Amino acid sequence: MAVTHTQGELPLKEERDIVLARQAVRRLSLENGFSLVDQTKMVTAASELARNTVIYGGGGTMKWEVLHDGIKRGVRLTFEDQGPGISDIDLALTDGWTSGTGMGLGLSGARRLVNEFELTSNVGTGTRVVIARWK
Amino acid sequence: MERIPILRMGDLLLVTIQVDMHDQLALSLQDDLTCAIEKHNAKGVLIDISALEIVDSFTGRMISDISGMAQILDAKTVLVGMQPAVAITLVELGLSLPKVATALNVERGMTLLKQSLST
Repeated sequence: MAVTHTQGELPLKEERDIVLARQAVRRLSLENGFSLVDQTKMVTAASELARNTVIYGGGGTMKWEVLHDGIKRGVRLTFEDQGPGISDIDLALTDGWTSGTGMGLGLSGARRLVNEFELTSNVGTGTRVVIARWK
Repeated sequence: MERIPILRMGDLLLVTIQVDMHDQLALSLQDDLTCAIEKHNAKGVLIDISALEIVDSFTGRMISDISGMAQILDAKTVLVGMQPAVAITLVELGLSLPKVATALNVERGMTLLKQSLST
């Protein structure tokens, strides 16, 4: 069972917050000993999900926490918004499917870049995506 | 307003992205670059991303779009200097930039552009 040691929260309201979220995740990944490739994957996944929160979710938050499980260390990120929600989650997770102007790789791509991925969404109440990557 | 500088060298344009771009900055680069191609009659564009620590789907699309727009304006684009960790992540993300010419570094990119301009 993972024990949480440190955690925090960042607002995701506008485009510039996506950059700040990326920087925060870079620092977290670095501090927890992620390799350069693992840092890059985690930051990229965070960038995709942060953008979804800002653009499609109408703004929200990114919560972060450092995980310890025995000798394993990891970082977990939770992206939450109170936006319109996703009506068809399977479709939203399909490569190339987009409701907006993107390439449709955000959700499906982010999922491939992390070890754990959990998406919950209800139409009208919002979306929550939790990802984790272990060192 | 913040802008990414575009340098002209003969009939080539050079862009070095050295900051973590927010989305709007990436979009202005697209506009600025296409205008610069027209204004300077440029035949080639070299984009150096060696300082970029991540390329996500938004930036990837921006690069791919720039390449496509430049092609329509009869200019060839070469993307150079991608860090190995970025390349690994980009492919895993599902973006392999099939329509973008790439080179390992600026030197090879320049050679590639000059070759394509002399034929």
